[in-house]
Parts: sequence; structure tokens; C-alpha cells
Amino acid sequence: MNAAAARIAFPPNWWARAGWLLLAAYIVYACSLLDFTWARFMVGLDNGARFIARMFPPNFSRWEILVKGLTESIEIAVLASALGILISLPIGLFAARNLMPVWVTWPARMLIALCRSFHPVIVAIVFVKAIGFGALSGIAALTVASIGFIGKLFAEAIEEISLKQVEAVRATGAPFMNVITYGVLPQVFGRFIGFATYQLDSNLRNSTMVGIVGAGGIGGALFAAFQRFDYDFVCAMLLSIIILIFAGELLATRVRAVFLERSRVNEE
Amino acid sequence: MDNSAALSIRNLSKEYKRGKPVLRDISLDFATRGFTAVIGPSGTGKSTLIRCINRLVEPTSGAVEFQGHDLVKLSGRALREARRGIGMVFQEYNLVERLTVMENLLTGRLGYVAPLKAWLRRFPQADIDEAFDLLDVVGLAGFANQRADSLSGGQRQRVGIARAVMQHPKLLLADEPTSSLDPKTSVEIMSLMRDLGTAKNIPIIVNMHDVELARRFADRIIGMSEGRVVYDGAPGALTDENLKTIYGGKDWLHP
Amino acid sequence: MTASATLDARTWRRFTPAQRIARFAVYLGIVVAIVVSFRAVEVIPEFLLDAPEQMADLFKRMWPVAFGYYPAGVHDALVETLHIATLGTIFAVIMAFPIGIMAARNITPSRPLNFVARLLLVSSRSVNSLVWALLFVAVFGPGALAGTLAIAFRSIGFIGKLVGEAIEEAHPGTLEALEAAGAPWFSLLTIGYWPQIQPAFWSVVLFRWDINVRESAVLGLVGAGGIGMALDTAMNLFQWDRVAMVLVAIFAVVIVAEIVVTQIRKRIL
Repeated sequence: MNAAAARIAFPPNWWARAGWLLLAAYIVYACSLLDFTWARFMVGLDNGARFIARMFPPNFSRWEILVKGLTESIEIAVLASALGILISLPIGLFAARNLMPVWVTWPARMLIALCRSFHPVIVAIVFVKAIGFGALSGIAALTVASIGFIGKLFAEAIEEISLKQVEAVRATGAPFMNVITYGVLPQVFGRFIGFATYQLDSNLRNSTMVGIVGAGGIGGALFAAFQRFDYDFVCAMLLSIIILIFAGELLATRVRAVFLERSRVNEE
Repeated sequence: MDNSAALSIRNLSKEYKRGKPVLRDISLDFATRGFTAVIGPSGTGKSTLIRCINRLVEPTSGAVEFQGHDLVKLSGRALREARRGIGMVFQEYNLVERLTVMENLLTGRLGYVAPLKAWLRRFPQADIDEAFDLLDVVGLAGFANQRADSLSGGQRQRVGIARAVMQHPKLLLADEPTSSLDPKTSVEIMSLMRDLGTAKNIPIIVNMHDVELARRFADRIIGMSEGRVVYDGAPGALTDENLKTIYGGKDWLHP
Repeated sequence: MTASATLDARTWRRFTPAQRIARFAVYLGIVVAIVVSFRAVEVIPEFLLDAPEQMADLFKRMWPVAFGYYPAGVHDALVETLHIATLGTIFAVIMAFPIGIMAARNITPSRPLNFVARLLLVSSRSVNSLVWALLFVAVFGPGALAGTLAIAFRSIGFIGKLVGEAIEEAHPGTLEALEAAGAPWFSLLTIGYWPQIQPAFWSVVLFRWDINVRESAVLGLVGAGGIGMALDTAMNLFQWDRVAMVLVAIFAVVIVAEIVVTQIRKRIL
């Protein structure tokens, strides 16, 4: 190799450069395609300022509607998560390729994939048309979403366990259920708590919005307020939703702390 | 030896928890050349001592005089500039794993190059030339564009040493530089550090637990026990009695 | 061990008493929540019994799927949906960077700034993209601009939080070495943190893009552009076969997006 070439400190990465160039070109192209002109943006900012002015101060006078909507959203989230977890556990188990034969895993995986593919709002619309307006459609829609998420992650968690531990328990002559309880479940429990709390959190977020299509919860009141230009009430509802979700996240962290014993060595 | 002291530590003390000092009133002077090894059992404060010098650990009290400044009193920009003059080699190498060897070497110049230029990898040509030369010296010629995490432990430590030398330091510190390496590589690394120290006229202070290695390479040995200096002298004068005082017990000394 | 160790030295307890109480409290809480919710939710039995029949009727009306509707009514909207998702993700990344850096405790030492940044990230996540869309439609008028900004603002919190977690898990030794060499703050970011969080960063961005493709598809229901508008129109006119076409199109795009993401993941990570 000639000495000069050998002394190049930072060889240029042509792939990376091409990538950035492509990205910049795309942004310009897409913006023009979607008609993002500077003029529109400025008009929008102006509107935005006026909009924000109308939102503040938030108007909590109709707090009964607010509370009713929020409680309904919480209820939808709780029930959808509970139902979803309940149904996902066996389905996830059936979908685990390292434990089950193909003719069992295939339909289970198809079911999970189907549940994941559609946005909860779309599923909610279908349920509203079928079951009617109200919280039940919301619960059904979010249960479907939960099955898609928890089912997939639970199956993945099971597929990632060390079979050596299962083998060891089996070698003691333990029956199937005991093998599951001592060999499989301890390994997946930690991750399960993680994504179960994540899904509860996600359902809480979604339950605040399925109401927009009539599936119960505070979304309905929110949408109605928007259409009536009651922006200060909208602001009140948004703030409550943010606080609710934040509280939900804190709760989830505490629950995780209770069930996931971290190594205590460093806490002395 | 003392009137041209490169580094003076005065009454240095460090307590991680109140009432449990790890360093008790240490006072030491270091000349402008020479290889000093600090030995002692784990937990005796060797690592704390080394790290107090460049303030990776905050001393509780005392002074560290280097290049006319008391390092303990510096902060912000002044501290950074002082740190440029002190090179450090770590036990776990502490390279930026995903960057190349060349990039890791040049991180030694980060204290001298403007941040934006550093990000854009626009280092002065002089630095780049020096980096290539150093790679030859440490025996890693041709490794410039390899990722750091593809190297072996010994190779990584060579990069670590080269990085420290790139700073043009007036002092080289090493915190257990060979503890993660096999015996043969450890000797190579100690050799490399000593040779570079002599060639560039830099005093070296190494904290280590291998007494034989220390005897072989150091000009001066400092033995610590329970936060105090209990031995300070030539390696040749280090007796078994001294070692017993430093480490306690005698079973480990001779089979 | 506790003082009672000598007495019950032979008793094996899996959990400490405090832990048992905590676990019991959680179980109890869960059960109470479920029971209360169950009783509170209004279940109109006629609707429930009717449901299978209604759903069968719905599916009957959706068949045969109006594939012919695709070129005229669906294709452009679908492309627009993809642009909304992609542009929205890109804008979100640009905005998430400064906020994420502000929120990371090991990069920004100022506690008030940390708090404000975290607040921004939480708010961004808590407001659903559909609701963001409503807001932006009210401000910027209906169309893709509202949709893109809605996606962007919703994604900031997601990206910011996960990247923040990656930052907090960075190997401290490397940072220590750079600090010891006297590197300034900006260099610590670009040379200390960035190379370490790169894989996590791309993974998070790809993940979010995938989710955003799904989300962009429904924003049109509130007028924020994309294929949701076609869906809305078809539903309002009770043209269920067209609705089916739109749903199939959405499904196909989501599958393709997932495949693309999996392939990119294999190459880059």
C-alpha cells in the first residue's frame, strides 16, 4: 500500500454522506409536495398565538363532565388491560415456537399479527358500528390492541428463555405445570411486568381518545368541545389528561419497583 | 530532587463518608522525571490518591501543586486546561469503543481543539502526523482505522497510552493499567510507559497491585496502608518486613 | 440479618414482610380497580347480544372489496400518509435532540432545566396524536401540514424519553477518560456520548417511524390529511366496500413498513 494512502486519518464514508444528502433532498421534496409554504406557516403561527390565547385560562367550570369522562377512560383502560392480559397469556404461550408445535404456533401468531395491524381507532370504529356507542366498544377495541402487543412480546420473551434452565427442572422429574412455574415463568416474569405496565399506560392514553369516534371516555367530550370552539374547556381537559397519564406512569414505576427486585448489593 | 518538583501533594485528605477517611494527610513530592509505583492493598486509597491529582475525585482537604497552580482550587476552564497537561491511563482502558483507533488517539487533543472542529474531525495536520508516528511507536501501525472494540486488551491499552501521550502531558498517571492484562502483556505495557516517559521526559505515577512488576520497572516505590504512606524509597530497599507492614499477613509472601 | 435470625434461622421467607405487604397492596389494587370498573361501565345487553349479527352484517357489506376504487380515491392519499409519517418523524428527531439533551441528568447539570425538559417530553407523549391533530387542524386548517406537525409533536416525547434512557446508560468510564483529558462539554457530547447511543438512536427512530405510519393513517378522520380522510368519506356515505378497500390498503402499507424496518435493522444494527 502506498505510504500516502496508508496515512489517511478519516477515510470518507461515502454511504453516510449519500444518506444525508438523500435525506435533505427528501425533506425539500416532501415539503413542497405537501404544500408547506412559509406563508402558510406564518399564518398558522399567528392563528396559533390567538388559539393559545383562547385556551388560557383553562376553564374547569364543567368539571363534572370532565371527571365523568376521565373516570370512564380509566375504567376502559383498566378493563381492556385486564382482559387483554388474560387472553394474551395463553395465546402468547401458544405462539412460542420453542415450546409449541407449528400447527399451534402458526394460528396463534396470525391472530396476534392481525390484532396488531390495525390502529385502535379503526378497530374502535368497527366495534362502534357493531356493538354501538359507548365504553364497551372502547374496551373491545383496546383489548384487541393489547392482545396484539402483549401477545407478541410475551411470545418473544418465552422464545428468548434459556432452555437449559427448563431442561434442568425437567430433569428433576417435575410435571409440566411445575416446569412452567419454575423453569419458564421466573425467566419471563420480569419482562412481563415491564410490558404489562407499558400496555396499561398505552391503553390509558388511547382510552382518552377512542371517544372521538364514539367509543366512550373523555374523547367524546373533547371532540365536542373542539367543534363548539370551547377552547378553554379543551385546555382544561388536555391538562387533566396530561396529569392523569403522568400519574399513571408514576404508578407503573412503583408497581415495577415492587415486583422487579433489582440486585440490592449496591444499596447498602 | 525537590527544588524542581513537578508535582507536590500537601496534606491531602479524602473522606467518602464522614469519619472514615480514605486518605489521611498525605504529603508527597514528585520530581520532573522518574517512574513511581504506588502499591498497597485494595481499598487503601491508591486509586483515590491518583484520582485526586486530576480531580476525578474531589479531595476533602489539602493541596495539589502542579505547574504553579493548586489544582484543588481550580474549576471550569482553568481546570480543563490543567487537565490537558495530565495524561491518564485507565484499568478498563476507557476508550470510545465505537470509534476508530485514530479517533481515540485524537481524543487526547480534545482539550486543545475547538469543539466544532473536533466534531467535524478537522484536527491540525501536525496532530494527525504525530498520531500516526505514535501508532508506530506503540506497535499499532496500520490499525488507525480499526474500531477500538475489535482490539485485544493489550492493544487497547496501547491506544490508551498513546492517547495520553497525545496530550503532550507534563505528568502521566496510570490507575491499575495492567490489572486486566495477562502477565506478558503487562510487562510490555509497563515497558512502553517507561520508555515513553524517558523519551518525552515525563514523570510517571502508576498505581498497581503487582509488587514484582513494580520492583522491576519503578525508580521509586510508595507503599500505602490504611490511607497513609508507610514506605517511600527505592525498589531495591523494599524488604519483606516493609511488605508485611503494607499488606498485612505473610502467607501471600512466600509459599 | 435481623435480630430474630437466631429464633427463626430455619424459616425460609422468599420475600421480606415489607415486600409482601407491597405485593399484596398491588394485587388488591388491581382487583379493586377491575371490579369497580366492571360495575361502572354501562353494558347494554341488547347491544352485546346483537353484536355478532351486526358484525357479520358489516363484513357482508364490505365484500367484495372495491379494488377498483384504489387508483382514484386511495393511492394519492396513501402516498400522502407515508410522507406525513416520514416528515413528521424527521421533524420530531430535530426537535427531540435539544430537549433530550436538556432532560439528561448526566449531560445537563441544571435541575430546573431537567425538569422543564422532562415536563415537555411527558406532555408530548400524553397528548394522543389524534388530539394533537385536532389542535393543529384548528390552528393551521385541515390538511397534511396539521397531520405532519401532529405526528412530529407526539413523537418528540417518545424519542426524547428513549434516547434519554440510552444516554443515561452510557459507559461512564469513557466519559471519565475524556473529562480527564480536558475535553469541553460539546466534545463530550459529540465524541463521548453520540458514538455510544447511535445504535439505540437509530433503533428508536425506526420503531417510531413504524408506529407513525399506523398513526398517520387515522389522522385524516379529524381532517389532518392522509388516507384517513378517504376512510372518513367512505364511512359517512356508507360505502362499506370502499371502506374495506381503504382498510386493506392501510394494512398493506403497515406490513410493508414493518418489513422495511426489519430489513434496515438487520443491515445497520
